[in-house]
Amino acid sequence: MLVLDRVGKVYPNGVRALEGISLAVAPGEILVTIGGSGCGKSTMLRTVSGLDPPTQGRVVLDGTAITAPHEKIGMIFQEPRLLPWLRVADNVGFGLEQYPKAERRTRVGGALDRVGLTEKARVWPRELSGGQAQRVAIARALVPRPEVLVLDEPFSALDAFTRADLQDHLLDLWADLKPTLVMVTHDVDEAIVLADRIMVMRAHPGRVYEEIECELPRPRDRQSAAFDFVKRRVLAALDRSLDRAVTVADEGETRAAAGGGLWW
Amino acid sequence: MTAGVEQAGVPEATSKAGRARVLRPALGLLLPVGLAVLWEMAVRMGLSNGRLVPPPSVIWNTFSDLAATGELQRHALATLWRVAWGFVFGVMAGTIFGAITGYSALTHRIVDPTLQALRSIPSIAWVPLFILWFGIFEASKIILIAVGVFFPVYLGVMGAVMSVDRKIVEVGRVFRLSGLAMVRRILLPAVMPAYVIALRAGLGLGWMFVVAAEFLGASTGLGFLLIDGQQLGKPAQIVAAIVAFAILGKTTDWLIVAVSSPFLRWEDRFART
Repeated sequence: MLVLDRVGKVYPNGVRALEGISLAVAPGEILVTIGGSGCGKSTMLRTVSGLDPPTQGRVVLDGTAITAPHEKIGMIFQEPRLLPWLRVADNVGFGLEQYPKAERRTRVGGALDRVGLTEKARVWPRELSGGQAQRVAIARALVPRPEVLVLDEPFSALDAFTRADLQDHLLDLWADLKPTLVMVTHDVDEAIVLADRIMVMRAHPGRVYEEIECELPRPRDRQSAAFDFVKRRVLAALDRSLDRAVTVADEGETRAAAGGGLWW
Repeated sequence: MTAGVEQAGVPEATSKAGRARVLRPALGLLLPVGLAVLWEMAVRMGLSNGRLVPPPSVIWNTFSDLAATGELQRHALATLWRVAWGFVFGVMAGTIFGAITGYSALTHRIVDPTLQALRSIPSIAWVPLFILWFGIFEASKIILIAVGVFFPVYLGVMGAVMSVDRKIVEVGRVFRLSGLAMVRRILLPAVMPAYVIALRAGLGLGWMFVVAAEFLGASTGLGFLLIDGQQLGKPAQIVAAIVAFAILGKTTDWLIVAVSSPFLRWEDRFART
């Protein structure tokens, strides 16, 4: 169980990036955070990953306070951040130094197979496409079998087609070991495709504005009315979090318009 | 890498690539060889007596005479020896200081201004002092060369360490690398390309400084051959020594490139020579 207990972050220059964030993420849950730019969602992720510990409150994983990167927590960044001097297979195995060579090889082989890049094992990172590189990054983060995987807008630099492909891929991989996923995105569709729970954040200081359960059955159909229903809720919450006039029909209207047969 | 891609193409393209690989280095020989041939012809046709600028054939004769007596090898070896030691010491000091000042902001603030000030001193200005301190034999020469090698290596290493991508370092942190592992697995490979360039620049200066060192009281070395040729009025000997410098300089530079290239094959470079 990952718990954020009144987490706050004040930068040395006095900027309050986060304030009073409390939430509990169950093992295997997929929590997706969205919000306007500067709402502290990346800062929140960095406190969870241990890269930038909070200045107030604590992040706790299974009873242990997280104040530095932890072996049970993996991280995927917006860019693949592969090490250019290591071939793809060595990049995937980067976090497995402490394991014997044979074990490392089977794990890396399995992971590459799982992301469909077995034939790229001996290739340099510069020879990969953006989507392939991000798949390698995902394999690298998952191969030490973390309990929690933190993802900071992992697909935002990819084209729409590759992005949809990788979202499905991520869900596939998640189904193997069911790590807890904590992810930030600015793509509402992506949030609804992936999330068990969507957390809308609000800026100045960054805090939780609204939480939306998203219990659509998987695999999720982007064209379904139910998907659209959740999307309208999320968009409306986003609008409110930004103090904008709500630009989408809100919950009640959607429900009325969609008729009775919508509930899941 | 590019060659590999080309080879995968149609056979026609392969042979064209093969021919290009042979011809491309030859292109660089066109200018010097052409000029040498022209000068040789000019002297043979009596357009010039070639006394101050001897034609290639005379230089070649001088060169082979010197080589036959073993003189050339003796002098070249003496020079090579000095450069090698100066290079080793200069690289060691430059690497250590560069790595520390690049890594630690505090040390950078304390040490770097002094070193930058020392760098701006024309290095030949050190010679009298070095001779007073270290005598007129090998020590002062090697130290002068080491000083020449030090600065480009220091600057290169410092700059490279300072500009290691924070994002890549963060990957190391996520995988909880200890300080030493961070250096070995992230920082060292990241600075490799810049380090090789720094070594090459340092070696170039080493060759420059060895001449300066040998001008000032040496009885051996290619620099001594230069001075000797001037004092005895033997321009062919001077040019022969210059040619020897060129060959040695180019060879040692190529050695650095050859030794380092297996470590740098991952580089995503614009130009592949």
